[in-house]
Amino acid sequence: MNFDFSDDQRLLQDAVRTMLAETSTSQAVREVLEGRASHCAAAWRNLIEMGAVAAAVPEQYGGAGLGHLELCLVAEEAGRHLAAVPLSSSFYLAAEALLRAGSEAQKRHWLPRIASGEVVATAALGSRERYRAPAPLAFDGETLTGTSPALADGGIAGLAVLRVGGELVLAGLAGAGVSREPVPTLDPTRPLAEIRFERAPAERLPTADAAAVAARVLDGAAVLLAFEQVGGAARILEQTRDYALERKAFGRQIGSFQALKHKMADIYAAIELARVHAYYGAWALSSDAPELPRAAAAARVAATRAYVVAAEEGIELHGGIGFTWEMDCHLHYRRARHLGQLIGSEHAWRARLADALIEEAA
Amino acid sequence: MDFRDTPEEAAFRAEVRAWLEANGNKRSRPDEVFGEGLDDAARLAAAKAWQAKKAAAGYAAITWPKEAGGRGGTAMQQVIYQQEEAAYLVPGMIFEISIGMGLPTVMTWAAPELKARFLRPGLAGEEIWCQLFSEPGAGSDTGGVRTRAVKDGEDWIVNGQKVWTSGAHFCDYGILLTRTDWDKPKQEGLTMFIVDMKAPGVEVRPIHQMSGDAEFNEVFFTDVRIPDRYRLGPECGGWKVMLSTLMQERLSVGGNLPTDLHEHLIALARKCEWEDRDGGPRPAIEDARVRARIADAYLQQKGVELIIARGLTAISKGKAPGPEMSITKLVAAKAMQDIAAFALELAGPEGLIGHQALGGDWRYMQRLWLSSPGARLGGGTDEILRNVIAERVLGLPGEIRSDRKLPFRELERA
Ligand SMILES: Cc1cc2nc3c(=O)[nH]c(=O)nc-3n(C[C@H](O)[C@H](O)[C@H](O)COP(=O)(O)OP(=O)(O)OC[C@H]3O[C@@H](n4cnc5c(N)ncnc54)[C@H](O)[C@@H]3O)c2cc1C
Repeated sequence: MNFDFSDDQRLLQDAVRTMLAETSTSQAVREVLEGRASHCAAAWRNLIEMGAVAAAVPEQYGGAGLGHLELCLVAEEAGRHLAAVPLSSSFYLAAEALLRAGSEAQKRHWLPRIASGEVVATAALGSRERYRAPAPLAFDGETLTGTSPALADGGIAGLAVLRVGGELVLAGLAGAGVSREPVPTLDPTRPLAEIRFERAPAERLPTADAAAVAARVLDGAAVLLAFEQVGGAARILEQTRDYALERKAFGRQIGSFQALKHKMADIYAAIELARVHAYYGAWALSSDAPELPRAAAAARVAATRAYVVAAEEGIELHGGIGFTWEMDCHLHYRRARHLGQLIGSEHAWRARLADALIEEAA
Repeated sequence: MDFRDTPEEAAFRAEVRAWLEANGNKRSRPDEVFGEGLDDAARLAAAKAWQAKKAAAGYAAITWPKEAGGRGGTAMQQVIYQQEEAAYLVPGMIFEISIGMGLPTVMTWAAPELKARFLRPGLAGEEIWCQLFSEPGAGSDTGGVRTRAVKDGEDWIVNGQKVWTSGAHFCDYGILLTRTDWDKPKQEGLTMFIVDMKAPGVEVRPIHQMSGDAEFNEVFFTDVRIPDRYRLGPECGGWKVMLSTLMQERLSVGGNLPTDLHEHLIALARKCEWEDRDGGPRPAIEDARVRARIADAYLQQKGVELIIARGLTAISKGKAPGPEMSITKLVAAKAMQDIAAFALELAGPEGLIGHQALGGDWRYMQRLWLSSPGARLGGGTDEILRNVIAERVLGLPGEIRSDRKLPFRELERA
């Protein structure tokens, strides 16, 4: 057994961390927050050029051909630095769906374009929860009609993988028959858009079992998102700790109050628990182990909890200043929410975890 | 990153399996425990016999150096042995303090001839050890011990009282924290000794626990003579010796979280029925609320297992395990309490009936529910562990205290 990343993998992580510290600054993220940019272009370009985001795309399709373990560590850094980039849309979801279900021609055409950043891709693979039932998507074998109501990075994506009934469909978003409208979002640093298709040209991903492919891709995304969540949670806890050492009340550092110490100790414990579940998920993902559904669901639930609590209590422990627009606390509060609901809420994933456990104990 | 056994690990696992099959008894039910139906003395004798066999085969202290009677093996091998042994009927806690705390302290601090004297019989279960730190006035605040040791020629004379001493009623030796200098500040006047629990002047009185058992004791010392060569570490160096022991304790308690609690929950939920707004009764296992708690149980217990796996990886690469190890006991003990309590709730009002009448299936969770409050206290309370994490891991300020610099004698007066 070896339950850690290798030195080479850690070197890649360090390089990504150094780069993001320079490009994914609070100021850069706020350009997106305040609507002056659709994403953080400098950070995205660097991530692409380092080969980091296409770590898990094989070399013959223009990727770095490293693997998912590397991508997990890139994800942790993206989360840590609140990177406002279409990483999950393009690489955790769309590229993975293409790799698992695309025809050779589809892979040869699209994956190099995604890996080089020429095209941003996105995906909607189905969620167990919904509110409004939009005009359902309909695919007639050649064209797509209907609405996808909240497509991540839909404003800039040129390609989408969509689950339509029992099929996975690949639709270009740049051509005729597609219109898009940005929707206001609770985490404006990760924009969503509503996409309408009106007899837009589209093609099927030739898989016999779209549901299984979607579930497998979502499991992988759950692990990768868990790394983003752990990265973000660790960062906001560090910032909260630093503030608690600086700020004084009643003649003492607020960090010396036991109520605050114990709260931070509990948050630390929650983050470490999430981290090891994420590691376990990374192993299951990278080795295609049969434990993946259980490991991925556990990582998702633990990491969602940890980041939400770290972000909520981060504001509380900062006091009034934590409630201001200028502090980064709310960026984490928003991002924790975005990551925690993007591929379905923790409740759906907890149910999935229970399904896996009970099935195993049969 | 790889969770599977390496070829060497797989070979060791096969060896352990073969040995256990030849020498051990497999559990016949998941909740069967060692020595059921035996009285205390017979169970102790059976436990000692098992430990002797295990030691002779080199499995009693896998990670210890060969010179000390161990196997010179790896931490991973230790874990593999424990994983395989879990399916067998083996004595649980009896040797835990000996092997997890008492003997490692002897190994670290005692003179070579004492190691030669104590380590082998301890590993073989011929002698059992206890840990005598806590006192009525010194629990979390261990530095406040008042048990007095006074030098008398080549000996020390000890007077005082310890409390909560697990296993003292069947132990042969103990590691004993005393105060030898009352003019130094509290943590600086302490000295650690080996004490013979059968020596004249040692009196052990069992304490009736909330669980109904009597696993811990009060221990009184009246003019007990301890030779100076039984001193562990320097005079007034007891605090450091104690910290080295407690670090071992926290690791070993964290490592004791059973890894199949969610499976126990699943098995019980299959036998109970729940109703909700949609009707019923249906098997509780189909209820979404029950399923959510099963998932949460897994998150906690598997999380602790994984944190330990990460620590082991660090050890196997020659690094120190990270500070995250300090959360294992905190998470594990509370998880046991929560999981056990929920298991009882599965049966509603009937869940209040003792297992003797309700059925053996419930024994395990009922016992866990009654023992878990102790797990949250022993080896450092939840609150003390949070202080440790906040201060040592997160770097937050220490507690405000007024007792650090004063000579202990003056604190006593105040
Ligand atoms: C099952 C069991 C087995 C044990 N076995 C042994 C043994 O073999 N040998 C041995 O020496 N001891 C043993 N102990 C004793 C154990 O170490 C102590 O009970 C424990 O350290 C708490 O000390 P106390 O009981 O004096 O409680 P106290 O220290 O009086 O604590 C009372 C409450 O105050 C809280 N508290 C105290 N200080 C602080 C602080 N600074 N900040 C916040 N909260 C604080 C505690 O968390 C607790 O909630 C055992 C205990 C149990 C329950």
